[in-house]
Amino acid sequence: MNTAPSVAEVRALIVKHKRWDLAFAVIGTLALMVGILTFVALFADMLIDGMPRLNYDFLTSFPSRRPEQAGILSAWVGSTLVMLVTAVAAVPLGVAAAIYLEEYAPKNWVTEIIEVNVTNLAGVPSIVYGLLALGLFVYQFGLGQSILAAGLTLALLILPVVIVATREAIRSIPSAIREGAYALGATRWQMVSQHILPYSIPGILTGVIIGMARAIGETAPVITIGALTFIAFLPPTPISGAFPFLSFEWLTAPFTVMPIQMFNWTSRPEAAFQANAAAAGLVLLVMTLSMNALAIYLRYKLRKNIQW
Amino acid sequence: MVATPIVEVTSAANPQQSKVLKAEVVDLNFHYGSVQALKGINMPLYEKHVTALIGPSGCGKSTLLRCFNRMHDLYPGNRYEGRIKLHPDDTNLLDPKVDPIEVRMRISMVFQKPNPFPKSIYENVAYGLRVRGVSKRSVLDDKVEEALSGAALWGEVKDRLRDLAFNLSGGQQQRLCIARALATDPEILLFDEPTSALDPIATASIEELIGDLKNKITILIVTHNMQQAARVSDFTAYMYIGELVEFDATDTIFIKPKNKQTEDYITGRFG
Ligand SMILES: Nc1ncnc2c1ncn2[C@@H]1O[C@H](COP(=O)(O)OP(=O)(O)O)[C@@H](O)[C@H]1O
Ligand SMILES: [Mg+2]
Repeated sequence: MNTAPSVAEVRALIVKHKRWDLAFAVIGTLALMVGILTFVALFADMLIDGMPRLNYDFLTSFPSRRPEQAGILSAWVGSTLVMLVTAVAAVPLGVAAAIYLEEYAPKNWVTEIIEVNVTNLAGVPSIVYGLLALGLFVYQFGLGQSILAAGLTLALLILPVVIVATREAIRSIPSAIREGAYALGATRWQMVSQHILPYSIPGILTGVIIGMARAIGETAPVITIGALTFIAFLPPTPISGAFPFLSFEWLTAPFTVMPIQMFNWTSRPEAAFQANAAAAGLVLLVMTLSMNALAIYLRYKLRKNIQW
Repeated sequence: MVATPIVEVTSAANPQQSKVLKAEVVDLNFHYGSVQALKGINMPLYEKHVTALIGPSGCGKSTLLRCFNRMHDLYPGNRYEGRIKLHPDDTNLLDPKVDPIEVRMRISMVFQKPNPFPKSIYENVAYGLRVRGVSKRSVLDDKVEEALSGAALWGEVKDRLRDLAFNLSGGQQQRLCIARALATDPEILLFDEPTSALDPIATASIEELIGDLKNKITILIVTHNMQQAARVSDFTAYMYIGELVEFDATDTIFIKPKNKQTEDYITGRFG
């Protein structure tokens, strides 16, 4: 007996099955729209409120009691410097930790516990980091309520992200490449520094920038360690006219950051300050988005030469 | 130097003629953790000859090959027993006191799948030298050319040494890996099924290359392809489930093997 369906039956069957394709496409699109439309609405709202305030003066003025004169100079400079410290501290630490875990650590239960904990650290609420940093950096190490303390706090916060991203990048390098290098007589350090590290840079960069994009919007831990909400001066410049031309005094300076400035303005009753907050929000969003864009660009550019 | 014809090596009149021992496997056992993958292997490796390891998949060919450059040291839980003596200095390659890096500096390896680094053609070939601390441009240039010529690749790539190695075809990539292995003048060259990922034309060119290389270097090659073993090797070892069943001149193994198991495998009655 021939149980194979006729051509007409097959066609009817396909039409029936394809209905589900269509149904899911519709559901998926709707789900996507909810997310995108919410973002667009928020962004549009902020744009309408903040755009009129967004001008050169807004970027180059200190905060003020008069909303129309207030600006975000100290906030964006503070954010930039704090991010600089964060990157300088988190990248070497995170990359070194990841390399150790992947390439050096013996595979035993101690390593496994460390690995699980590193992953869990990524889920610790940021305010907890703030508390830790307040006790450790601000008081114990005597760093005070400074840019350095804030940078290190946020570095702690993004360390797990950097470690996880680096480990993933390292793991994506095929073992054939490792064996190839070892077979030529490379030592472990030669293998790590000449292969593992260069080939995982795109992945590391992506992780670092995603971490930083998160850190730049963090408010709670920075408030906890005592960032100012009103500051009308800039930290000392890092470049000085006299020998040795580099100055690190700015590290110990008091500071504020973008989200705190926004928070401060939103808590004011005047509508004009709300507009300032929206404008600052736009700037913060642009900072975050350009960091992400940079990550995508670098990844694309560096990945071109590496393929497995 | 002239290639030694197989007949001369195996001639009944003086089978020892022109055979110089390069290495000797003595009572070798190997364990992957609790799994014993090699059992009591004894085998010679003759200088400037090609020795082939054949046998059904999973019999331990790669495992044996990778003992020669201590590749197993890279992974925890692996254990060697016995010796691989490297002549003329009689170093036991498996001695824990002998640094595996020293072993790998003397013995090179070409892998099953071409595994060039994501670097330029030039840097791929120069890598072994860089590892050894060579940085002088003129020395590197000469060595890279010599190695690429030795791997029959120079003509094809001499105008694009700065190109990424990935842009080469599969067969070219494998020859690049051979050049990379040759650049450091190893005493023994190990091949683990070097043509299994290649098309027949690329395979033929690699086989031809192996025929040329044995004038200069001792070669140990794993192959799952018996015709390939017959074509390229002077000696053949037949392995089965971790044991070496028979070792002899390739002609003998293929024409009148002493062991019934070998014969069954060769004639395709099993395998
Ligand atoms: N890393 C490993 N851990 C445990 N067992 C292994 C490992 N690699 C290979 N083996 C086992 O050792 C035996 C020999 O493997 P292998 O040398 O790769 O065989 P061949 O190259 O002859 O096909 C096989 O039974 C295989 O399953
Ligand atoms: Mg194998």
